[in-house]
Amino acid sequence: MAKTPVTFTLNDMETALFVDPGANLNDVLRRGAGDLTTKNGCGQGTCGACTVLIDGVPHLSCLTLAESTEGRRIDTTGGLAGGPELHPLQTAFMEGFAAQCGFCTAGMLMAAKALLDKTPNPTREDVVEAISGNLCRCTGYEPIIDAILTAAARMQGRAV
Amino acid sequence: MSSVEFRKDLFADERDDNLKEIGKPTIRQDILGHVTGRTPFYDDHQFDGLLHMRAVRSPHHHAQIRGIDTSAAERMPGVRRVLTAKDVPNNLNTLLSLINFGRDDEPLCAHDKVRFMGETVAWVIADTERQARDAVAAVRVDYNVLPHVLDVEEALQPNAPVVNEVYPNNTFDYNGKYDHQKLRFGDVNKAFAEADHIVEAEYQMSPIEQAPIETCGAIAAPETNDRFVCYTNTQALFFSLGTTSKLLDIASSRLHFIGGTAGGGFGGKVDSIVEPTAVLGAMLTGRPVRFAWDREEEMQVGAPRGGERWRIKDGVMNDGRIIAREFTGFFDSGAYVRLSSYAIVKCTGHIPGPYTIPNVASNIYCVVTNRTPATAMRGFGITAADFAIECHMDRVAETVGMNPIELRILNAYRDGDMKAHRRPAKNTALIECCQVAAGKAAWPISADAAAQSSKVGGGVGERGVIPASVTDEDGKIGDRRAGRSEGTSPSRRGTGKVAAGTRVEAKTEAHMQDPDMALEADRIGHRMGSASTAPPAPAPAATPAPPAPAPVAATPSHPQPTAPVPPAPQVQPSAPVPTPPPAAPEPYQPEQPFQRGLNRPGTSRFTSGFRRR
Repeated sequence: MAKTPVTFTLNDMETALFVDPGANLNDVLRRGAGDLTTKNGCGQGTCGACTVLIDGVPHLSCLTLAESTEGRRIDTTGGLAGGPELHPLQTAFMEGFAAQCGFCTAGMLMAAKALLDKTPNPTREDVVEAISGNLCRCTGYEPIIDAILTAAARMQGRAV
Repeated sequence: MSSVEFRKDLFADERDDNLKEIGKPTIRQDILGHVTGRTPFYDDHQFDGLLHMRAVRSPHHHAQIRGIDTSAAERMPGVRRVLTAKDVPNNLNTLLSLINFGRDDEPLCAHDKVRFMGETVAWVIADTERQARDAVAAVRVDYNVLPHVLDVEEALQPNAPVVNEVYPNNTFDYNGKYDHQKLRFGDVNKAFAEADHIVEAEYQMSPIEQAPIETCGAIAAPETNDRFVCYTNTQALFFSLGTTSKLLDIASSRLHFIGGTAGGGFGGKVDSIVEPTAVLGAMLTGRPVRFAWDREEEMQVGAPRGGERWRIKDGVMNDGRIIAREFTGFFDSGAYVRLSSYAIVKCTGHIPGPYTIPNVASNIYCVVTNRTPATAMRGFGITAADFAIECHMDRVAETVGMNPIELRILNAYRDGDMKAHRRPAKNTALIECCQVAAGKAAWPISADAAAQSSKVGGGVGERGVIPASVTDEDGKIGDRRAGRSEGTSPSRRGTGKVAAGTRVEAKTEAHMQDPDMALEADRIGHRMGSASTAPPAPAPAATPAPPAPAPVAATPSHPQPTAPVPPAPQVQPSAPVPTPPPAAPEPYQPEQPFQRGLNRPGTSRFTSGFRRR
């Protein structure tokens, strides 16, 4: 099958790949670029586990054509931590027991990051809305919502 | 931030609160991997030359397989191999055979017929997942559709289709001969006669899919030391290894299973299907093979918690004391028994719930139907029964006009009380749970109820002893399921009384030894007797008509197309059979029946390990 070249910036790294026509971004990130931090839970856009940021906007990578990301900037959980320092969201998730099996966590973190980048002081309703496309079967969501609010407060220098 | 509330005021004298970890919140040891995305789930292991395996699945609930044409699929681009049942070395298993419980009843790949929608009939292995999907669509299967049954009680009717020939009564056979699991504690009928109120109701729980965010899957690959490595998200790693060893007839020492990380399980990842399938693919291609369910397969084929139907009958005094409780339960195991038989044993130990009731009886049926097989899920065997029990408690409270929480406290078990399964209750806490729940909900309870304690009053007098329980002359509680799976005549001993309303056939043949609890023979059909000894025809006019179940597919009579194995007397429905079987298919004969025997521990080559040299 003829391959198509695609170049994008993945977590600040220039990435060039040859992809199958019609390949979805999730497969290309995982099997092509080797970024395994992005998960695949349903392949049909319902669970949100594959959420990545394309130019800062959350997208379901399983429903995104890889070719459509030409020249775009893609952020995944693999690039969330700044070097050895965890992102405040990651710290808050750890401390707040906001992950059990961990399979939805990468998608949750990306959805939360998109929210906090745009809305540094979200209300609880904002958080619920922001992760409404991400399913979690373990936690019951409350610890996740709390962790995102905690991270937002810490990033704004507020006491929790 | 939300936090757990520790009620250290309760049972404080039973606990040391100065422990280092226990009783204190702690951070999960694996959570750093989760929040950085570096936790290695099974699918995060990369292999060069990875092949993708997909299953061809039945579109029918119940159908005979006349033939499978794989030739078109084999010619499609990227296809490496198409596999069918004949490629599975030992294509018959039951999960609990590893602990010598139950008969092998389930193939990894159907060969003679399919018994539920979505059952595997073939596999395709191709270079890409898309090529595998395309080739799956090109496999042609010739089905002869058979009548199916999707309702537990319809499956117990005499004319119901036989779903799985290993269990020709459509019931699991407890101890190889009983069609239900039984519990008797005291004498419920005597207590019902003394009760002020009888409260009866029926409850139906639907199957529930575990729906983990990560679907079931495995990757298997040949290793250089002549072993096969298998990365899997199973919740039962060594169980899956043993099952793979058995199905593929390969020494367990040649299997290297790596797991322990599941993206959610909730019981749905214990069925050991993806692992033997992936290892089979790796064995037959010599390449790394990934076999993963997509979301649709997870929902359709992944085994749920099975549906359960419960009927509960309570004898209650005016003051709220429950003096007798009787259960009839039907577990829908689906087409293969898997763990449902065990769930019922567990459930029987739980009955009558967290209450001390002096007279308890239960009959629970593990019913084989054409639904997706059921398996473990979060307290399976307990949760649905508890739903029925707690709904029933509210119904009882309404009947006697009592505060439902006070009714629970009144009937709650306490430390030292004898449970119906004949073990004393320990560490009970229902009373305290009720008190705390009432407080949280601002639900008023009396000062007397608020003063009760699980540690006071338990085991006093009759509460602490096993009551005289109704038994037969052999000292057993079983209504023998005579004349079916064992091929023996019903015992003629025992009292032999039959409850009113029982069908004539059952009255003649079903010879219940101790009808202390009326078997609902008219509703469940009971499948007793044989063609040679059954009376010419039942006289249904005299019997009260049971509530007519919705006719799903159980036609009044139908061909029973395959002969049972092991051979058992074929019981014909008493109604005449007008239509002969269409085409006589091959009898159900597994190519390599794996007969370990129910009562022969130590004969398993997988537990005894004689294959190792």
